Amino acid sequence: MLYNNKLNKLQERGYRMSTKPKLSMYWASSCGGCEVSLVNINEKILDLAANFDFYFCPCLLDTKKKDIEALEDGEIAITFFNGAIRTSENEEMAHLMREKSKILIAFGSCSYEGCIPALSNLHTKAAHFKSIYLDNPTVDNPHGIVPKTETEVPEGTLAIPAFYESVRTLSQVTDVDYSIPGCPPEPKQVWGVIEAVIQGKALPPKGSSLGAGNSTVCRECERKKEDKKITRFYRTWEIIPDTQACLLDQGLICMGIATADGCGALCPKVNMPCTGCYGPPVGTLDQGAKMVAALGAIIDIGEKKGLSEDELVRCVDHIIDSIPDYSGTFYKYSLAGSILGGKRG
Amino acid sequence: MSEDTLLDTAEGFEPKIVGFLCNWCSYAGADKAGGSQKSYPPNVSVIRVMCSGRVDPQFVLKAYSAGADGVLILACHPGDCHYKEGNYMAMQRHRILLRMLSEHGIDSARCRFDYVSAAEGDRFIEILTEMVDTIRALGPMVSDNTVGNKIMVKRS
Repeated sequence: MLYNNKLNKLQERGYRMSTKPKLSMYWASSCGGCEVSLVNINEKILDLAANFDFYFCPCLLDTKKKDIEALEDGEIAITFFNGAIRTSENEEMAHLMREKSKILIAFGSCSYEGCIPALSNLHTKAAHFKSIYLDNPTVDNPHGIVPKTETEVPEGTLAIPAFYESVRTLSQVTDVDYSIPGCPPEPKQVWGVIEAVIQGKALPPKGSSLGAGNSTVCRECERKKEDKKITRFYRTWEIIPDTQACLLDQGLICMGIATADGCGALCPKVNMPCTGCYGPPVGTLDQGAKMVAALGAIIDIGEKKGLSEDELVRCVDHIIDSIPDYSGTFYKYSLAGSILGGKRG
Repeated sequence: MSEDTLLDTAEGFEPKIVGFLCNWCSYAGADKAGGSQKSYPPNVSVIRVMCSGRVDPQFVLKAYSAGADGVLILACHPGDCHYKEGNYMAMQRHRILLRMLSEHGIDSARCRFDYVSAAEGDRFIEILTEMVDTIRALGPMVSDNTVGNKIMVKRS
């Protein structure tokens, strides 16, 4: 009400509501890095403001949910939705933003394929509550209090959003027009998408991913690749890798081989293996399975002649023992959107 | 959960197994079993692949999400691969895949890798019968991993 009064006063003084198309950005279960990525388009943000009415973004602006509810359906031209769907609030906002937006874009790895929040899909909600609120050495909770959606207090009933059994991607909850992968998406790719819309370029078919290439990170990586024969895997702290040779050749698990390009191979450039944040490349359904396929083909156990079936298995197991965390490595960003979707139940 | 899975859980569960058989050895082995008019459990849907090395772990996961309770990958014996080392790659992938599946709560018996030559019709029957019995005891796939995502949810 207060807001409407202020608005009326502004309008009386001659201020007009913007006629530019509305752009909004919402965060669900996310870290805020996607907003930073948008702001990192730097001075281009002025071009964005010149072409769009940047209407709603809880991280940066003061517009409220009720302002969105007051809009007509489809009144927002584009919504960048970042963050995974972890709670009932996330889902409610996903439906609201869908309703009010012409184009809804899953922005960043969390809303596109689950990202880090979705690693929790390897455990149940009950297990999370136990380790967070009850069974934790730094928590003192003698009454065993865990969050409930409704709590009675003398003043009435307090309600908080429900914590879902598992994390879902935006497209598993509502209809999504496009996705922009990345954790976070590269600012130049974000700007590329916004610029294309400003210039009125034809948009690709619904469901496409924007701001990513058609190949893998290896295409953008300038390291020297050779025939791969891996006799043991290393974790990043165990060796100082050569700066010219392919990281995977050196036994570091670089996910570049099973990850879409578009980032410019930023991590391998600074001697860190790719962790796969741009998600599966075009034509791949499941990033983790693809990585298993790749690693399985390049492990080298040496001379196989004369080895029994059991000995072969032992040699392979010895090498793969040096991989510390299979799902966490292969599905670091894509668990919710993967074929199995995690372990549940 | 599909209707037939519900029925399966209720009574008389019949495991559904997808078998990837290499063209040069294992498929011929299975053919030999059929050619000799031997009977074997009808639970397997055989997919012939040119080489066990062609079996992408994605195929295995897709089989599960499409309702398979187990996946069987059969290859030429070590040293016998038509393409020299395809069967080694299949075996190596299988070892990594098993560990990943166990983190997803999927029993290793649901993904079996073995060697069957063109002459081993009986061995094919033996492996298949063993697998059907094991999975019948384990129950349907949903008891391991309740919610697989429907395949083709993303760009295909």
